[in-house]
Order: sequence, then structure tokens, then C-alpha cells
Amino acid sequence: MFNVPLHSFYMMVFVTVLLVSASLIRLLLQAKNPQADHTELKQRIQSWWWMIGILFAMLLAPTNISILFFALLSFLALKEFFSIVPTRQADRRVLMWAYLAIPIQYYWVAADWYGMFMVFIPIYVFLFLPMRAVFIGETKGFIRSLGTIHWGVMLSVLCISHIAYLLQLPVKNEQAGALGLVLYLLFITQFNDVCQYIWGKTLGKHKIIPKVSPKKTWEGFIGGVVTVTIISGLVAPYLTPLTILQGFAAGTLIGISGFVGDVVISSVKRDLAIKDSGTLIPGHGGLLDRVDSLIYTAPLFFHFLYYLHY
Amino acid sequence: MINRCLKVLFFGLLVKPTVLLALGLNVFFREKLPKQGPALVLANHNSHLDTMVLMSLYPLSQIHKVRPVAAADYFLKNKLIAWFSLSIIGIIPLQRGRIRDKDALFEECHAALDNGDILVLFPEGSRGNPEELSTLKRGVHHLIQDRPNLNVIPVMMHGLGRALPKGEALLVPFNCDVVIGDNIPYDDNSKAYINSISLSLNTLLELCMTRQTVVDDEY
Repeated sequence: MFNVPLHSFYMMVFVTVLLVSASLIRLLLQAKNPQADHTELKQRIQSWWWMIGILFAMLLAPTNISILFFALLSFLALKEFFSIVPTRQADRRVLMWAYLAIPIQYYWVAADWYGMFMVFIPIYVFLFLPMRAVFIGETKGFIRSLGTIHWGVMLSVLCISHIAYLLQLPVKNEQAGALGLVLYLLFITQFNDVCQYIWGKTLGKHKIIPKVSPKKTWEGFIGGVVTVTIISGLVAPYLTPLTILQGFAAGTLIGISGFVGDVVISSVKRDLAIKDSGTLIPGHGGLLDRVDSLIYTAPLFFHFLYYLHY
Repeated sequence: MINRCLKVLFFGLLVKPTVLLALGLNVFFREKLPKQGPALVLANHNSHLDTMVLMSLYPLSQIHKVRPVAAADYFLKNKLIAWFSLSIIGIIPLQRGRIRDKDALFEECHAALDNGDILVLFPEGSRGNPEELSTLKRGVHHLIQDRPNLNVIPVMMHGLGRALPKGEALLVPFNCDVVIGDNIPYDDNSKAYINSISLSLNTLLELCMTRQTVVDDEY
């Protein structure tokens, strides 16, 4: 169907089945306990339907459209970042150049130009933005401002563009295709969030970093990483060129780094005394709240895979 | 009729997509926005985008009922801008500066309210510095003193003064907050009334997600 490699197609069906069950469970909960307020759960599941629907549609489209979609995600994430962190009024033009880095970075992805894709932001954008700011001439707050801007570009453009580049890697698992890599990364990352939440909710006692995230516990973290490691190993040969053993390692990597991405964005929000980064996704908050783990897992998974197989 | 079509096209094809993509809004308490006139929306003012954002919150079928009150000296200064402001945006021009006849000043506003329109007024009188609330003008009290039961809704917007501040032509994308407050009850004392508007706008500011973004600089 749609010329989708078989394993990737089954994975998409599997995710859809998960969503259907989530919706059914919510309806059951509501039928059992009609008095309780289920609005938030309902909103969250509805938003999941939208997110998965849009994502699958974009992934099934021609590769350049999928790449454009990830460019849009980068734009929305960067905009959200610049909208919540302090920036100087004098930086407006520097920020505009930072936004312009997005189409260029995704052009390297579309052109399959790996070298430029890797160095463009850490070298060229990194050196260019301060120069542009110097010409504006405002030195008060220069260090903090330029540090913030470059950090934002790294997080929301360089890191997220790694997901898109997975689509450009030569296919090594014919049955899963390039799509399999993206589905694997996204599924394991989100599954990790869910596992850490469930383990923490059921067994959580010892707080891991109470100052940043009071709900995160060692039990949740370890339980999540172990579960995700096992699942990742089993799924890896099905969707990726990784062997079972390499899949276990990828799972550990995604489990740990997903947690780190989550708490890094939490720290940003805590510093700014806000709960969510935006209101783009009803029931979830902003886009950064949703892709926080992915910002860390995407480049790490990419380079793990790249080192082993490309 | 042609102007009405142009208005719908302008908002449907340009304003709404721009607000959606280039800006992105965090709207809080959208349900408090008056759906029907006569009503008065009092908003803070930092950018030309303020009017566009407020109007974009209304469906295309309702947009002609929303009438921003805008400075005559600025928006009627040449023929093209005047045509655009009056026919496409549908502003109610207001004279700024020294006023002799206060009743004549608000004549058009009263006519619009009688017609069931939703008036948008910026009591600061000018866009001022980015993300700063200037002193509110008293004129708004004069406007509504004959209509003590009018629905008066405060709206706080934040972030638009960064996206497109006074004196800049380049729009830089930012998410912006729009927080809609509760009806401000009428008070005979104009000073007390203006204070309660100011207080209400400042309370709404607390809810803005982007409120941390302002850095003191001398730019």
C-alpha cells in the first residue's frame, strides 16, 4: 500500500491500533465513571490522533515533502524557543538570520550533502550570527544573547534536522526502508517517555533531580530504560539495519538521552517560571514540550547508526 | 460590496495565515471575547499587528463588525492608506491632540455602537515602547459615560512589540500571547475607572507565557 515497505507499513498499523485502544479505554473509563472530568485525557488523546495523522501523512508523501515537514517543525520549535527566552530588542535582525538557517540547513538534507549538513550550523551559523550582531552594535547583554540564540538554533534546527536526514540514508533494510529508521526513532523515544512515566507512577520513590523535575524518580528512570532497551533490541532488526545486540545499545542510548532532553527543556521552563512552552498542542502544551526528548535522541541515535552501518 | 469582498480576501488570505504561521498565538480565555456588539474591547498597543491579531480572532463572516478606533492624523495622512484603513480595515478615525468638542469627537464611535459593532480601542493612545504599558488616556471614560451597561472587555497582548515594533518594517516571527479578561464595570469617577482598566491589563499580563522575554536594553 502507498508503496510503503512492508515492515514500516505494519509499524504504522500497530501505532494506529494503539491509538484506537487508547480511545476505547478512555470511552470505557468515561462510561464507568461519568462524573469525573476526563477533558484533559480526551484532549491529549485527540491531539495524539492529530499528531500521528499529520506525521504519517507527511512521511508517506514524497521524501522532499517529508523533509519540508521537518523544516516546519524546526521553525515552530525555534519560534517557540525565541518566544519564551529573553532576547534583546536589538537582536531582531539576528533572529531573522537564525530563522533563515532553517531553509538552508534543510536544503543540505534534501540535497543529501552530508558534510554541509553537519558543519553548517556549528561552524557557519555559529560564526555568522555574532558578526551580524556586532554590526548592530549593541554590546550590553551581548554574551548572554548570542549564547541563547545559538543554543536555540542548535536544539531546534541542527538536532531536529537529524530526523529528516535519516530519510536520506541509503536503505540497508529493504523490508523497512528509510521510513523504518524514522518510525523506530520516534516510536522508541515516545515509548520511553510513556515507560518512564508509568514506572515512576507505580514504583517511584527516590527523586532523581527534585529541583528541576519533582516528579522524576530513579525507579521511573531505570524502569523506563530497562523496558525500552529490551523492546528496542527486539524491534531493531525489524525496522533498522541494527542487529539485536546493537538494538539493545540503541535502546539504552535513547532511554537515557530521552530523559536528559526532557529535563533540559524542563530546566529552561523552570528558569523562566512557565509551565508549558506554548499552546500549540491542546492537552500537551507547546511543540518544545512534545519534542524535548527527541531533540536529544535524534542526533545521538543518528550518529550511533551512522557509525555502525554507514 | 467590493470592499467587503476585498476585506474578506485580505483577512482570509493574508492576515489569518500570517498570524497563524509567522506569529502563532497563545490565546487564553477566548470564550470571553464579545461575540456580538455593541461592545468595547480595550487592548494594550505596541504594534500595528495588534489590530490585525484582534480582528483575526473573529470568523471572516463577523470581521466587518469589528471596528478599530485609530488615529486620524496617522491613518488618513495619504489617500492610499486612508482608503485601505477606512474601506478594508474599517477603522473609525479619531482625532488626537488638543480636542475642543469632546462629543463630536466620539460621534462615529457612538454611531458604530448603536449599529451593534464591536469597537476596538487602544487607551494608551499610541504604540509607545515595545512591551511597555504607557499611561492610559481618559477619553475612553468619556466615550462610555452615556453607556454604563456597555460590555467592556480588556485584552492584554504580549510579544507583538517584538515581532513588529514601532518604526520597523521587518516582521520577525514570535509567538504572542493574547489574554482576554472580564467585563470592567462602569465607574462614575473617571480616574478610578481608568485605574481599574490599567489594573486589569496588568493582571492579565501575569498569564502571558512570553512575559519573561523582555530584557532591559537601551536600544
